[in-house]
Amino acid sequence: MDRTEASAFDVSRTSFLLRAPVSRSYANFIGRKIFLFLVTMQELGAFALITLGVCARKLRRPVPLIRELICEQIARCGVRLLPMFLFVALALGFLVIGQTVAVLAQVGAIQWLGSIMVVAVVREIGPLLAALLVLARVGTANVVELGTVRALGEVEALEALRIDPVHYLVVPRVVGLMLGTFALTVYLILGAVLSGYIWAFLQDVPIRPGEYFSQLAGALTYPDFALLALKTAAFGFVIAIVTCYHGLARPLPLDAVSNATVRAVAQSIVGCVLLDALFILVYLNV
Amino acid sequence: MSPARPAPAGALLEMRQVSFGAMRDQTQPVATEVNWTVCAGEVWVVAGPQRSGKTDLLLFAAGLMPPLRGTYRCFGVEMPVTGDAPLEAFPPVALVFDGGQLFNHLSVADNLALPLRYHERLPADAARRRVEPLLEATGLTPWAERLPQTLGRNWQKRAGLARALALRPQLLLLDNPLGGLDARHRAWWLTFLGALARGQTALELPPVTLIATDDSFEPWMGAATRFALLHEGRFTVIGDRAALHACTDPLVGELRQRELPTGACGPDTALSERQS
Repeated sequence: MDRTEASAFDVSRTSFLLRAPVSRSYANFIGRKIFLFLVTMQELGAFALITLGVCARKLRRPVPLIRELICEQIARCGVRLLPMFLFVALALGFLVIGQTVAVLAQVGAIQWLGSIMVVAVVREIGPLLAALLVLARVGTANVVELGTVRALGEVEALEALRIDPVHYLVVPRVVGLMLGTFALTVYLILGAVLSGYIWAFLQDVPIRPGEYFSQLAGALTYPDFALLALKTAAFGFVIAIVTCYHGLARPLPLDAVSNATVRAVAQSIVGCVLLDALFILVYLNV
Repeated sequence: MSPARPAPAGALLEMRQVSFGAMRDQTQPVATEVNWTVCAGEVWVVAGPQRSGKTDLLLFAAGLMPPLRGTYRCFGVEMPVTGDAPLEAFPPVALVFDGGQLFNHLSVADNLALPLRYHERLPADAARRRVEPLLEATGLTPWAERLPQTLGRNWQKRAGLARALALRPQLLLLDNPLGGLDARHRAWWLTFLGALARGQTALELPPVTLIATDDSFEPWMGAATRFALLHEGRFTVIGDRAALHACTDPLVGELRQRELPTGACGPDTALSERQS
């Protein structure tokens, strides 16, 4: 009985696409890129489903060790990044919000401040910038760490000890990145809004703090809060899945870890931007 | 190649017409038509030239990959056990990797405690109390708080052995346990494995059945009870020590006499007692 259960899109069966010489036909070149994109999407989707399946199954019998690992990852993806995020929040407030407030005051359109800030900062710049910073600081480290773990045979050691590698290595990172990205986005937005007012104040823009913050609060709706949480958690999920997949999914020689990191960063950015586009459609219909 | 025969009572490991692949590419067969039965209390040595697939054989025997063909049962359980099975569903088999394969971000003590913390849901201090006898028995107590990469290969391999014993296995698979060790450490391993096989360690473990791989039969001549050869995709059961001496295969003769690079320490008396 043949028990080989290789996927139709197993890398050993599709890597010929990468090795094949670049076609001189433009249509073939585009076709190959599209096929590779679909293969990558399928592999990432399968990895995401496996991870969600493990999360769901293990919830019934939680392991205290995994809870500790999740706390470590939350500290790593959230608390330890807070100083950098506060710095970026200050910069964002000074560079973008403060200047926007000043320009709106000059043209007499200060009544649009709340709407502009909610669209620009709460819905778009805040979550996307937070996701990119988390990707740079934590996502890249994930690929290197997990790639090294795979290259040194530690995954096989976990399996030999009957420890599920997805449960031990991936689940804490996924949960940590989802919660960390959400929390850091909230801090980033609050810091940027606050520093934006400070910048406007320093430029003698005629707007009082009460007016500034009440305009912001008035422009926010309940769906904004819910969608912000959903969107940032989804960004964290995409970053975690893509980076863990590239670190773990296949055995890597140590010298291939850097290339895997580059691929993971590029695919995470594409994933987050596509997700962002999806949320724009949701915002337009809310 | 050994002919298929019915498994005797008390067989811990039974392979029937098994083909298995390499861990790196499981579709690529490493050995085919393997028929092998391991009974409780035996000490097996599987020898073969380098890159003959000995590590893949042990990874397969530990249940880390499915057979390409044939049936493989371990403690009566069809392997591999997959899905979300609890630890009790797995046969009590442990694998000691060649380099120890320790987790580099954990200290030696935490490496040993990891399976206990995961499977038995022990808090850190309770798991630490459980691993102290293991550290003591393997001489690792002075290095308990060190990270694995700060230890020499001799001690890393010992830590790998201690970690494998944490879940109290009844069948222990050892990948090249004597490879790269100095004479003193090799003597310790042979003595300790002999005590494990007899169930006479300070760990109060029942007798453990052992399967070891090596590049040579020579250091195990007085130690092992059963011998096998893995070469060019063929797994050949040679038999007991008398059969090994009587074997006329030139490769077996070479492996019987090959000196290991760091110098063999000779038959271990503790293990030799088992032969009588």
